[in-house]
Amino acid sequence: MKARVTIMPKAGVLDPQGKAIGHALGSLGFDGVGEVRAGKVIELELAETDPAKAQAAAEAMARRLLANTVIESFRVELA
Amino acid sequence: MKAAIVVFPGTNRERDMAIALERATGRKPALLFHRETELPAGTDLVVLPGGFSYGDYLRCGAMAAQSPVMQAVKRFAAGGGHVLGVCNGFQILCEAGLLPGALLRNAALRFLSMDCHMRVERAGTPFTAHWQQGAVFRAPMAHGDGNFFADDETLARLNGEGLVAFRYCTPAGEVTPAANRNGARDNIAGILSPNLRLCGLMPHPEDLVDPLMGGEDGLPLFTSLLDQFASA
Repeated sequence: MKARVTIMPKAGVLDPQGKAIGHALGSLGFDGVGEVRAGKVIELELAETDPAKAQAAAEAMARRLLANTVIESFRVELA
Repeated sequence: MKAAIVVFPGTNRERDMAIALERATGRKPALLFHRETELPAGTDLVVLPGGFSYGDYLRCGAMAAQSPVMQAVKRFAAGGGHVLGVCNGFQILCEAGLLPGALLRNAALRFLSMDCHMRVERAGTPFTAHWQQGAVFRAPMAHGDGNFFADDETLARLNGEGLVAFRYCTPAGEVTPAANRNGARDNIAGILSPNLRLCGLMPHPEDLVDPLMGGEDGLPLFTSLLDQFASA
């Protein structure tokens, strides 16, 4: 079972990378782009076959290591 | 004073730290590899030096915070031990949950390699005893992720309980936005734990401890620590 963990800077946390990307898009002539936020995606291949257990395991991994919940939020999706 | 410097793969400032500690204490610190599970017997001070532990993978300090030696450092801290984290060491202390907050990418996205000035916001601690309250000193800094962040509540607690050790300032001691090159909240360069035995800061006082280095501005940090254990 595959789990995809999406990690994003929390609302209110400065995201200079997102800002720089937004600025670059503007200078390339792409109009109408509002706020840009940059995060990361981590894909996990899990031996677990039970979706509820896989979800719980991936969330535990995200809390313990993959995300720093002081500055980041995360979302787990199973595939 | 028996000091131990922790070395992770990618740590690169351990020798600078060893020179500063030896200059202040006259004693060579122990170097401790990341796989160790125990600290040397009788350790007074653990130092997490600067560098790019584990290649800064995932987040600066995230991997090091989970390493075997950090479990021993956590036990040492829980037992009232003194721990100093500089630069990557500060990031590791935050990632390990030993100090609050986190270090974000510098606001201007650039790696900063330059001198900065800091104002001593809390004198009279094991790390700052040899400075006067409000003293200004110079230190080199070299980091890409030194932008201190904490939520409003944590920030209010740090400010309110006097747990901010150092703030970025002008050479005249003014805490201004222009002196805050990495964009840290409230110009915070270094913080303390509530028991005042853990200290983390981004700049490198260990690199200014000898006239041959261009000054001795950083020496009070190390002589303060030495005094702490000489009087114990």
